[in-house]
Amino acid sequence: MSESTSASNRTLAVSGQPGNGIRIGNGRMLDRKNRLRIYNRSFRIVCVASAVFVCLILLSILFFMFRTGILTFRSVPASTFFFSTNWDPENESYGAFLFIFGTVALTALTLAISVPISLFVAVFLSEAAPRWLSNALRPVLDLLVGIPSVVYGFLGLTILIPLLRDITGRQLTDGLLAAAIVLSIMVLPTISRISDDAISAVPAKFKDASYALGATRFQTVFRVMLPSARSGILYGIILGMARAIGETMAVVMVVGNTPQLADSLFKPTSVLTSNIVMQIPNVPFDSTWNYALYLMGFLLLVISLLMIVVIRVLQKKGVKA
Amino acid sequence: MQALIEIERLNLFYGSFHALKNISMDIPEKAITAFIGPSGCGKSTLLRSLNRMNDMIPGTSTHGSIKIAGADIYGKDIDVEALRKNVGMVFQQPNPFPKSIYDNVAYGPRLHGITSRHKLDEIVESSLRGAALWNEVKDHLKRSALSLSGGQQQRLCIARALAVEPDVLLMDEATSALDPISTLKIEELAQELKAKYTIVMVTHNMHQAARVSNQTVFFLNGEVVEYAETEKLFSNPQDQRTEDYISGRFG
Ligand SMILES: Nc1ncnc2c1ncn2[C@@H]1O[C@H](COP(=O)(O)OP(=O)(O)OP(=O)(O)O)[C@@H](O)[C@H]1O
Ligand SMILES: [Mg+2]
Repeated sequence: MSESTSASNRTLAVSGQPGNGIRIGNGRMLDRKNRLRIYNRSFRIVCVASAVFVCLILLSILFFMFRTGILTFRSVPASTFFFSTNWDPENESYGAFLFIFGTVALTALTLAISVPISLFVAVFLSEAAPRWLSNALRPVLDLLVGIPSVVYGFLGLTILIPLLRDITGRQLTDGLLAAAIVLSIMVLPTISRISDDAISAVPAKFKDASYALGATRFQTVFRVMLPSARSGILYGIILGMARAIGETMAVVMVVGNTPQLADSLFKPTSVLTSNIVMQIPNVPFDSTWNYALYLMGFLLLVISLLMIVVIRVLQKKGVKA
Repeated sequence: MQALIEIERLNLFYGSFHALKNISMDIPEKAITAFIGPSGCGKSTLLRSLNRMNDMIPGTSTHGSIKIAGADIYGKDIDVEALRKNVGMVFQQPNPFPKSIYDNVAYGPRLHGITSRHKLDEIVESSLRGAALWNEVKDHLKRSALSLSGGQQQRLCIARALAVEPDVLLMDEATSALDPISTLKIEELAQELKAKYTIVMVTHNMHQAARVSNQTVFFLNGEVVEYAETEKLFSNPQDQRTEDYISGRFG
């Protein structure tokens, strides 16, 4: 077939309207019309099917966790599950509050430590460091992002915990602080590199305008660069946050794994992820204990999904601004 | 007229490239001085020397002296931030911050320690009036500055520069990205502003230089070829190269 015909076919296919091709004969034209229609239709079906498939996977995971988790409430009142701190499945106590609290507190603590440091690193990389130094540091940070979390857990176990012991003079230093420090180190490369990119992407004309008005470098960074890079920085923070919430291995290794409410930074405790992974191998399949662990998994999933929704909203805002 | 800016034997290098060659001139106060010349002849470089924005470019070295109101701005104990507060700049591309109109104008005063809401309101209004923008934006000061048109954005940048009460206003091809009507507005504005400010503008538009400036400097390859009253320079250029340039025979 000639080139112009195939080109017109393509434009037709794009607009999704099978139209008249070049007439070679009635039969042939009909042929092409039909073929186009079939192509278009099948292409659309494949696209829609893939989208549906992805949604189905997500929904079925949610549903599966939920279906099993909800059974918890046959024998445990929701108020007990969500608000009691007494987790003692052998004696029918299923208070998950201490885990929920642990997860939230651990995430908050992690962000409180990692965000300021990451921002400092990001500003250093993008604004203060000589070019050769940033060029050397950026690949290093990018490599750190990819290190398996169990390695971070190992370092926490063998270096951080003894170090904390020396500093505080306590016997036991496993707990929220140790876990938060390990997680902070883990998410620091993520948050600082994304923020670094966001700050570096701020147009130089904003910087010029600020300096030309008599701003110092410090003022320019804090009043122009960081605010302009805000949505990118938030994106990095939320990515780091999502990683911290879902992290299991590194946490298990330093958090202490004791189901008690963490009323001190150094009290061995447990969070949603670490508790699930520690207990799931030993529970009878058809027990409330098992259901409760599923429900905790479901909660974790909901929290992560909420984070992703927030990311999407922020991204849209970033595009607008 | 009193000279506000005195440039003496100024030489500037970008690395080993000699961008400004032995420049000496006096720029009178409360008047408009235009820099003209072909692309790459050093107009912007000289302009940026006046508020030391060249400091930001690695590898530049400056020799000679520039005095503004008697003080050597490359002297040892000069406060660069105070200098830039005193010598405002408007760039070729309108560059308002991605903040509200109000916050754009208030940015400078806030930098320099003004926090009183009342005082800031006053400054924002008077600066926007000074830049002939007040009537267009007074009802939506909270709107993003980026929602303004290019011409409005440029006048906002002028207002932002005026808000820190400079003595000198540097304009580097401030109208080259604008439509003819916005350009005209800014030219008229410059005419008004010269009653209070010393204005130095770079322009590629010969008609603009002829229309608005009091004196004109013609540059070529980093050197001053001719410096004269605008009328004189355009009607009766002393140097052949100036004549060639203004009659459009090269550049
Ligand atoms: N950052 C820099 N590094 C090295 N050389 C530079 C730099 N900025 C400018 N130059 C050079 O210095 C010379 C003068 O540049 P300048 O920007 O002052 O020219 P100009 O007269 O403003 O030109 P235009 O009319 O195109 O804006 C040019 O040859 C240019 O290549
Ligand atoms: Mg220039």
